[in-house]
Amino acid sequence: MLHLINKSPFERNALDSCLRLAQDSHAVLLFEDAVVAAMDGSAQAECLQEAMNRLSVYVLGPDLEARGLPKERIVEGLEVIDYDRFVALTCEHDTTQSWL
Amino acid sequence: MSEEGTIKKLMYVNRKAPYGTIYALESLEVVLIGAAFDQDVCLAFLDDGVFQLTEGQNTDGIGMKNFSKTYTALGDYEVTRIYVERESLEARGLSETDLQELTYEDEDDDWAEKPSLHIVGSDELAQLMAEQDVVFSF
Amino acid sequence: MPLEVNGKSYETDEEGYLANINEWEPALADAMAQADGAELGDNHWEVINFLREYYEEYQIAPAVRVLTKAIGKKLGKDKGNSKYLYELFPYGPAKQACKYAGLPKPTGCV
Repeated sequence: MLHLINKSPFERNALDSCLRLAQDSHAVLLFEDAVVAAMDGSAQAECLQEAMNRLSVYVLGPDLEARGLPKERIVEGLEVIDYDRFVALTCEHDTTQSWL
Repeated sequence: MSEEGTIKKLMYVNRKAPYGTIYALESLEVVLIGAAFDQDVCLAFLDDGVFQLTEGQNTDGIGMKNFSKTYTALGDYEVTRIYVERESLEARGLSETDLQELTYEDEDDDWAEKPSLHIVGSDELAQLMAEQDVVFSF
Repeated sequence: MPLEVNGKSYETDEEGYLANINEWEPALADAMAQADGAELGDNHWEVINFLREYYEEYQIAPAVRVLTKAIGKKLGKDKGNSKYLYELFPYGPAKQACKYAGLPKPTGCV
């Protein structure tokens, strides 16, 4: 299952709940406002790092750039992807879940 | 529902409190309309979504329809599995006794009345979620 | 178009469903039926009253298959079937009977 998160974890609990309920080896994609969760040193970084031990976590590059967040400063090991890869990910997974 | 006649496992995930936004009511209407399609449907209530099921809602003062009563009709629509996450309830100071009783009549068991509401832990809910063919989020 | 009954005017939507469910009274059902060229008998009223009770309890107008099943349970198998209900309400038991009962159009009627 691919979990889609598009809300800032500082405003909504979508990311928290997703990480609580995603099964091992599921994938999580951070895009739109959710990319702010990717910043290293943020209050969210630690739990994201922990989640990456059991989940594949991706972040959408264009949304990082749009918000002036440099790729060099995101949590290590996060995979930055483009729109084509976004589409490919949705095809690779049988199901997707949008956490509103 | 790509192939006709294929029964899919559908889960409606409800994570918003009622009345403040339209999500809860929209979800309920989609569930009722979707019930005509004979799929394997279940509902999950977590995060603030657990507030949709509290007992004793009274909307007289806010001028909106009290659609909490409609959840008790879900059994008539053959929606018989409703899961509520225990951790979400506890984090909000709620427990099962604060929720409405939801039941259905089992056609295969001489119409015996059975509970459709199940309080489940995160692990069990995670498992159920992962089993679905389609997840609808509200 | 507003519905005029006994000198009073009732607002309806574009399909003829009563705008405000609380304004309903039995004379409205008779007037609506008359406009459809029908007359309501006890069997009609049984269904109309059932729908009003269902709405009162659940805050929805039931879909037709839910109505059929529930009528069967309450009034017996000879009434809980489409044939019987369509004979009473040829425009569709849920839609037509709900209209006469002053309810909104049933949820699940696509």
